[in-house]
Amino acid sequence: MTKRFGGIVLDISFRVLVPFTLVYGIYILTHGEFSPGGGFQAGALLAAGIVLSRLIQGRSAGFNISGEHAVIWAGVGTFIYALTGFLPLFFGGNFLDYSFLPFPAEELHELHAMGILLIEIGVTICVMMTIIDILDAVTERADIDD
Amino acid sequence: MRMIGTIVLVIITTLFCLNVDALPTIGDINSAPNQHITPTYIEHCQHDTGSPNIVTGVLADYRGFDTLGETSVMFVAGITTVLILRENRKKAEKGGAKK
Repeated sequence: MTKRFGGIVLDISFRVLVPFTLVYGIYILTHGEFSPGGGFQAGALLAAGIVLSRLIQGRSAGFNISGEHAVIWAGVGTFIYALTGFLPLFFGGNFLDYSFLPFPAEELHELHAMGILLIEIGVTICVMMTIIDILDAVTERADIDD
Repeated sequence: MRMIGTIVLVIITTLFCLNVDALPTIGDINSAPNQHITPTYIEHCQHDTGSPNIVTGVLADYRGFDTLGETSVMFVAGITTVLILRENRKKAEKGGAKK
């Protein structure tokens, strides 16, 4: 999986497929409040875009995230979630109490929607980077064994 | 020591199996969760969380702490995979150098 394979057909078709996958992933993330979906599903879709690009173009693909960076970003995603939980503590609320988030909003449920979006972004980054991370580790291992 | 463990395990399993009958059936409208929690979520979700999707409202707002745990579990799983596999790679490289 580390070497590039396939010819012109795969190259062109993945250039069409990957942008649609990514846009659909972002749609699932931002629209998760109104329709089925949310952070976990969006993360899986976004990771599928990167995995597709890596499957076809190999590890040196132009559109890629390396395993070392993926581990860091997975931590950043979890940190965004935890930070959204800790922020209300400094403004007089409980842990993960979105009513006390320090954002300008006219009504209370807007703040809750903002908090939900923030934690969904954190979950998305974490899930996406974890999938890429595991794929990277497994393929690297497979190369050593060969 | 192992015998004691096995006996305790068998006793606990038997107790759990005997109590299966006492559990409420799935979807029973008279069970405790369906009496209080579910109607409250359905009635107040949109007003409380501003989210028309009740699943998202419960998952991310009412039970946000639970989801934080899920995310952390996923992060730890990823780190563990990398640590185990990379560790083996280092050992393999050292073994190859000695030969």
